Amino acid sequence: MVMEVAEVRTPGIGVAHNLRAVKVVVHREALRFLDDRSRMISTLIQPVLWLFVLGTGFGTLVQGAIPGIDYRTFIYPGMISMTVMTTAMFSAGSIVWDREYGFLREMLVAPVSRGAIVTGKCLGGAMVATLQGVVVLALAGLVGVPYDPVLMVSLLLMMFLTAFTVTAFGVLVAAKMKGITAFFAIVQMVMMPMLFLSGAMFPLANLPAWLHILTTINPLTYAVDPLRQSVFSHLDLPAEVSAVLNPGVQWAGWQVPVALELGLVAVTGLILLMAAVARFRKGD
Amino acid sequence: MSEQTAVSVEGLKKSYGKVEAVKDVSFTVAPGEVFGFLGPNGAGKTTTISMLCTLTTPSGGSARVAGRDVVRERDEVRRNIGLVFQDPTLDTNLTAVQNLRFHAELYGVPKAKIAPRIQQVLEMVALWDRKDSKVITFSGGMKRRLEIARGLLHSPRVLFLDEPTIGLDPQTRAAIWGYIHELRRAENITIFMTTHYMDEAEYCDRIAIIDHGSIVVIDSPEALKASVGRDRVRISTGDNDGAVVALRDRFGLEASVSEGEVTFAVEGGEEFVPRLFAELGLPIKSVSVSRPSLDDVFMSYTGTSIRDAEAGAAQVNSWIRHVRR
Repeated sequence: MVMEVAEVRTPGIGVAHNLRAVKVVVHREALRFLDDRSRMISTLIQPVLWLFVLGTGFGTLVQGAIPGIDYRTFIYPGMISMTVMTTAMFSAGSIVWDREYGFLREMLVAPVSRGAIVTGKCLGGAMVATLQGVVVLALAGLVGVPYDPVLMVSLLLMMFLTAFTVTAFGVLVAAKMKGITAFFAIVQMVMMPMLFLSGAMFPLANLPAWLHILTTINPLTYAVDPLRQSVFSHLDLPAEVSAVLNPGVQWAGWQVPVALELGLVAVTGLILLMAAVARFRKGD
Repeated sequence: MSEQTAVSVEGLKKSYGKVEAVKDVSFTVAPGEVFGFLGPNGAGKTTTISMLCTLTTPSGGSARVAGRDVVRERDEVRRNIGLVFQDPTLDTNLTAVQNLRFHAELYGVPKAKIAPRIQQVLEMVALWDRKDSKVITFSGGMKRRLEIARGLLHSPRVLFLDEPTIGLDPQTRAAIWGYIHELRRAENITIFMTTHYMDEAEYCDRIAIIDHGSIVVIDSPEALKASVGRDRVRISTGDNDGAVVALRDRFGLEASVSEGEVTFAVEGGEEFVPRLFAELGLPIKSVSVSRPSLDDVFMSYTGTSIRDAEAGAAQVNSWIRHVRR
């Protein structure tokens, strides 16, 4: 056989090369997501069930208690975050799968920094989760949320931020996990209470003190609240209904601004990312 | 950049707790050489190779690969080596090309070179027609070929192959050896491989026999066989017992009869045959001379056959795995 192409020479390792590595890891996440229809559908079923089955059922129960708004509209922002979280966790879990099937080794022996691999994984997970969230966004009209372009874009950005932080958390957990079942056991254990305490399912106003404290120390609260505030700002509701259903988050009576909430989510995400990189640096 | 050696290792050590997997190993490999590590499972082959590939940090000593230190210049070493592991490391949900493209990007292959280089390596391992098939549909041999193609994609100077043909059928093994030789010819690549197949070690330019974490001997297969010395001669005669007596009386050789043939060992077997015909005094029906095999070499250097050595090493190996966790 004739070798027509001269051998290739690779350039030095620098920032550009590591960025390229981030990009290709993100690209792989996208390829795998688009390829896996069953996963796409299964992560969608959950919010649809919540929104239309449970939402409708509970809605009839609480109809009189909250006048002027559909319960489904209320839990809509919560369902967005739930979908994004589940998808992000699946993406993070694929690291464990990659380890089991050997592909993680291909990434870890490459001449790129571990930081680039982990960052790529987190950005990829965030992107995939945001894509999945788009499908939930498309359902907005069915629960009485207007398709306002500003609202849609801001929801997308918040979804991406949430997904990034959740993926970083998942990657940190997955860093030393040997089996996918162990990973999902831990994820279940952590995610369920976080979701319950985030205000995704019920408003955070007028809670007993112990529950209020738990909700304020839950990082996910600060991801759900901005979503809800955005959605509610585009609804036409009486002030007293808004006060009950969309109370925001308070620290000892001080109303936490949305910008600070988003900042908290971003900082948490970055800390988790750095912790995950450190765990991968420690070597396998 | 000129290199005197492709791989140079000086007093390399690795211990896991109290288990010394590799004890004070030193050797050099010349550019363009096919160098084989031969030894039973658990002898320290994989541990040595993973230190050279920067995957395991040595407990002592030093190693340079492609002129770079494996500890201090880790990324430079990584860029210049290709790796094919014992266990598969492909993403089976991606196609062959997608796997290769991923690798090319991670190793920083210039954009314009990616497509032609992918075609080249896939053609070499005869997988070009399956380039867009998902790897999950590939047989074991095809996966190994794809891994070899991927290991070569970024034009490494040294290709590490850890048991490259383990678990493959003889036909695929032969094909993989075909690629290895072609590679060496086409890209002057250095190949460092481990094997515990004696017949494969014969393809190497030089072999290091490793046992219990130490190198017992390094030399070319021919020289190793010559060092064992005597060739094996098998004859069949009308009177085998008479032949045994005659061999002892006239040549001072100890022969034995097995499976209807008389076998004995003698130095310079081929030169001995004319004398045998002239002086044995018995009619000879057939004669065959064989050079000592690497099995004999392994036996003479380690005092045990490779199979027996593996049985003993299995226990140590499972212990090492346990300690690593």
